[in-house]
Amino acid sequence: MATKKFRCKVCGYIHEGDKAPDVCPVCQAPASEFEEISEPGEGKKKKGVNTNGNSYTLIYMTVIIVIVSLLLSVVSGILKERQNKNVRLDTMKQILSSVPAIESQLAGQDAEAMYNEYIKEFIVLNKAGETVKTLDKNADFGYKPEKGADEYPLYIAEVDGQTKYIIPMNGVGLWGAIWGYIALDNDRNTVDGVFFSHASETPGLGADIVSPEKFRNQFHGKHIMNNGEFVSLLVVKPGAKADGVETVDGISGGTITSKGVETMLRNCLGNYAAFFKQAGQANAPVADAAPAAEVVEPQTEGGN
Amino acid sequence: MNEELKNALLGPLSKNNPVVVQVLGICSSLAVTAQLKPAIVMGLSVTIIVAMSNVVISLIRNTIPNSVRIIVQLVVVAALVTVVSEFLKAFSYDISVQLSVYIGLIITNCILMGRLEAFAMGNKPWASFLDGIGNGIGYAIMLIIIAFIRELFGSGTLFGLRVIPQSFYEAGYVNNGMMMMPSMALIIVACIIWVHRSINKDLQEQ
Repeated sequence: MATKKFRCKVCGYIHEGDKAPDVCPVCQAPASEFEEISEPGEGKKKKGVNTNGNSYTLIYMTVIIVIVSLLLSVVSGILKERQNKNVRLDTMKQILSSVPAIESQLAGQDAEAMYNEYIKEFIVLNKAGETVKTLDKNADFGYKPEKGADEYPLYIAEVDGQTKYIIPMNGVGLWGAIWGYIALDNDRNTVDGVFFSHASETPGLGADIVSPEKFRNQFHGKHIMNNGEFVSLLVVKPGAKADGVETVDGISGGTITSKGVETMLRNCLGNYAAFFKQAGQANAPVADAAPAAEVVEPQTEGGN
Repeated sequence: MNEELKNALLGPLSKNNPVVVQVLGICSSLAVTAQLKPAIVMGLSVTIIVAMSNVVISLIRNTIPNSVRIIVQLVVVAALVTVVSEFLKAFSYDISVQLSVYIGLIITNCILMGRLEAFAMGNKPWASFLDGIGNGIGYAIMLIIIAFIRELFGSGTLFGLRVIPQSFYEAGYVNNGMMMMPSMALIIVACIIWVHRSINKDLQEQ
């Protein structure tokens, strides 16, 4: 154990041996760049622990990892309930924010109380626009249909005596997921308002889809149907027009995010096309199954 | 406060600034400086995390095996960041939503690894704590300067509020879209380094 240690002053590489190496194996610095370090090694030896031995390293890492994992699981376990509550409240806020009349009075209010006040029903439709499940708006909150299942959730809200249909949407932006809620008036055609959020769009550009002034307010009063067919909305370059489809201005500099919103609208709302078509036939939100079935076939194709 | 501690705290604000002198943490100063608000939030979070991880590493510095010291540092930083992020989610959900990706980005911030390796591994906890605070604030100052320039010329706003009057736009003024690109932040950093070294002649290399 009489080896000395030499540290390369350039890169910090530590050489063990009787004398400094001619060339540093890491950064090719000459021997003159090495300085002898003696105290750490000797200091440790006095304590009787060699901190550079393999077994010490292994035990050390194991201990560190066990401590850290314990810490993280304890923290996560303790905070889980609070976090879930926060997520639930936030989701309620997002749903309510899609209706402008509610969003304007949401600030500082208890989101859960407002959710209970305004949201009347939480149902699940199938592609034919029939109600397949009626869920409890509280107990089943956050219900997500299984992937590929023919199930499309729908919230029914009542604001100032008017029925609003709120549809959840999911899509992709430039960097990650985007999602939102769209509120439709009782005619199942006129957009009352939208809410968008995102995981990681560029601040100042794509992330502006969340902003009411810069983006969301434009959706109010737009129509997603044309002559009884579902056509969705287009998000276009500011000022551009399209035939037969109503448009909103995209965000300059955030083209991919804007297009992501457009795709999300088309794909997610497309699944509800049959439901939108029933507007004239059935006033009740729970539509009869029989008449809806006839319009299913052409509609599913158009929707996707 | 003795000279050494004072140096640890105040040095990083200018003469030993992590961004413009040590050139650490450039990646995140490009990513989060398009607007002032995220820049300030990121600066604060980094300050807290650097100070905390500096203290932890400094406390265990004599026991860390040399061959795995970077991994140990990384584990400590990642654990701290995760704990902070979990607490934010539980107690201050709105802030955690705003921070979203940034809090995770802190783990990859080179300032952390740089300070742990260069300072905390060889100094006592109190000095390391001050060094962490100093470097965090030095980093935050730079982020704020860059974000101020980028938001003002890139979107004509500060903290999201319009400061360039509408009449300018009507007269033909256009926001500089280039400012919104991360590459522009790099150019601004370079300009700051230039100005900084012109003022502090002793920092200039031969």
